[in-house]
Amino acid sequence: MSGRKIGEVILDLQNISLRFGGVKALTNISFDVREHEVRAIIGPNGAGKSSMLNVINGVYHPQEGRINFRGEERRKMEPHMAAMQGIARTFQNIALFKGMTVLDNVMTGRITKMKANFLEQAIRIGRAGREEVEHRKKVEEVIDFLEIQHIRKTPVGRLPYGLQKRVELARALAAEPSMLLLDEPMAGMNVEEKQDMCRFILDVNDQFGTTIVLIEHDMGVVMDISDRVVVLDYGKKIGDGTPDEVRNNQEVIAAYLGVAH
Amino acid sequence: MFYREAGQFKTTYLADQQIFPITQDRIGVLLILAVAFVAVPMLFNEYWIKAILIPFLIFSLAALGLNILTGYAGQLSLGSAAFMAVGAFASYNFMLRVDGMPILIAFVCGGLSAAVVGIAFGLPSLRIKGFYLAVATLAAQFFIVWALTKFGWFSNYSSSGVITAQEMQIFGYKFVTAESKYLLVLSIVVLLALAAKNMVRSSIGRAWMAVRDMDVAAEVIGIRIMHTKLLAFAVSSFYCGVAGALYAYAYIGTVEPEGFNLDLSFKILFMIIIGGVGSIVGAFLGAAFIVLLPIALDVMVQEWLHGIFPPSISSNLQLVVFGGLIIFFLIVEPHGLARLWQIGKQKLRLWPFPH
Repeated sequence: MSGRKIGEVILDLQNISLRFGGVKALTNISFDVREHEVRAIIGPNGAGKSSMLNVINGVYHPQEGRINFRGEERRKMEPHMAAMQGIARTFQNIALFKGMTVLDNVMTGRITKMKANFLEQAIRIGRAGREEVEHRKKVEEVIDFLEIQHIRKTPVGRLPYGLQKRVELARALAAEPSMLLLDEPMAGMNVEEKQDMCRFILDVNDQFGTTIVLIEHDMGVVMDISDRVVVLDYGKKIGDGTPDEVRNNQEVIAAYLGVAH
Repeated sequence: MFYREAGQFKTTYLADQQIFPITQDRIGVLLILAVAFVAVPMLFNEYWIKAILIPFLIFSLAALGLNILTGYAGQLSLGSAAFMAVGAFASYNFMLRVDGMPILIAFVCGGLSAAVVGIAFGLPSLRIKGFYLAVATLAAQFFIVWALTKFGWFSNYSSSGVITAQEMQIFGYKFVTAESKYLLVLSIVVLLALAAKNMVRSSIGRAWMAVRDMDVAAEVIGIRIMHTKLLAFAVSSFYCGVAGALYAYAYIGTVEPEGFNLDLSFKILFMIIIGGVGSIVGAFLGAAFIVLLPIALDVMVQEWLHGIFPPSISSNLQLVVFGGLIIFFLIVEPHGLARLWQIGKQKLRLWPFPH
């Protein structure tokens, strides 16, 4: 991790509570994310990790709490607003556009940056054609970066799981996000695929300075690549700190390994 | 052997983004256009042009409209015929009530009226999906036909609710002959098909497909779901509306609201299912299948089975064969004729070699 300097807090979540009817998904959770860092969220299944990401980019609206992103304080985010502000994400169960090619999927990632209006696109005059070429260049850079050139014209539905995960990362990166939310990017992968994915995540963080918030179950990976870790269990925060601090936290050990009675 | 992209290297993204990146395809399309614009009006007789080719083109346009909504944006609709009716009656009223209204502008206004109505009936799509949405669009189908019949103003208080399309005239040229009407319809259909292709290969089309395939992910990327869905309803209804106007002005001449009933909506839906959901060429193939095949079967039955069966049986036999063919094609390729066409092209690239 050369040359990367962790900056100020850019995302600050204060006292977030989220309920679905009577089910408390998140209870009074506060934590922050600093610029350029790799921040991991871990916890057993059902701890509320994915809900947390959904709160950050506005898919879920918490009943209580405040979200402060880049100095702007809000009650809740909206997905469109989060996208415009430079927050991109991938999903736990791959959420690619199955009927489209890899190239179209990644091009879709740049949609907030394309300005041509409806008529220009229908007649393909003015900005429309120019933008397609201009954004294609950017998209090809991302495709090169993630080494998926050979499949660029393949419909994503036909790709193996590991590559689909990579395409989803490409789609998120195409938006040139300042913050990337990754929901279990390595789930279901073999060791080699995991190593590749780790390399890509670290490269993104290192080369583009992208802040990364990641959910992952592979503790080896989490402890190796993250700067700070927050631990959730049953919707509550039980630990927060560097990997070493978290590893030695009694509550965290209890949540993961159970306690002797 | 002759259909091969070997040696055709793209050195710019612009070249790679063409509608037909392969030279042979471009030549093929130009040939088809040349035949359609020049050879057909010269070689075909009036019956063929009037009763077969014009309706084929008009239904292709309506199917294209529905395919934008259902095939690309993933919103099932059973109201296409109603939007055609809006287009037909709106164009009629614009012609009737605005002095010196040019016919092409009236068509556009008809299409825009249909688009506005389409947006209104597309509003439920913001909350409901799939079959439930189809039922909601069914409401459009019944409501619009009812409203056009109920309120005499739409048909200029004609006693039977029937409207007679005014004469079409552009810069003093009167479209009276079948050939001239055919060329007018063909030009409009070609231009609108080109516009549709441009839309689906731009960011609008990608937004539609994104909403169709995975709406949550689309939203997170920054696509405005409401805007995207309503735009699909508007564009789709515009296409259906123009098709409806052409149906009244270039094909039937006199139309009544009941002519745009649910049967017609289903027919258009079948066209895109058989032709290929989410494909521009599929709309044309599907329309050809639904419009041309019954006529071909009719001719065949007349020619071959004449005298073998009594007429009552042979006409039913025709329906049986038609239904059987639909099932056959759907089993062979559930993704429609467009996919078969694509597979055929893929095979042709290698032919005569096995790999």
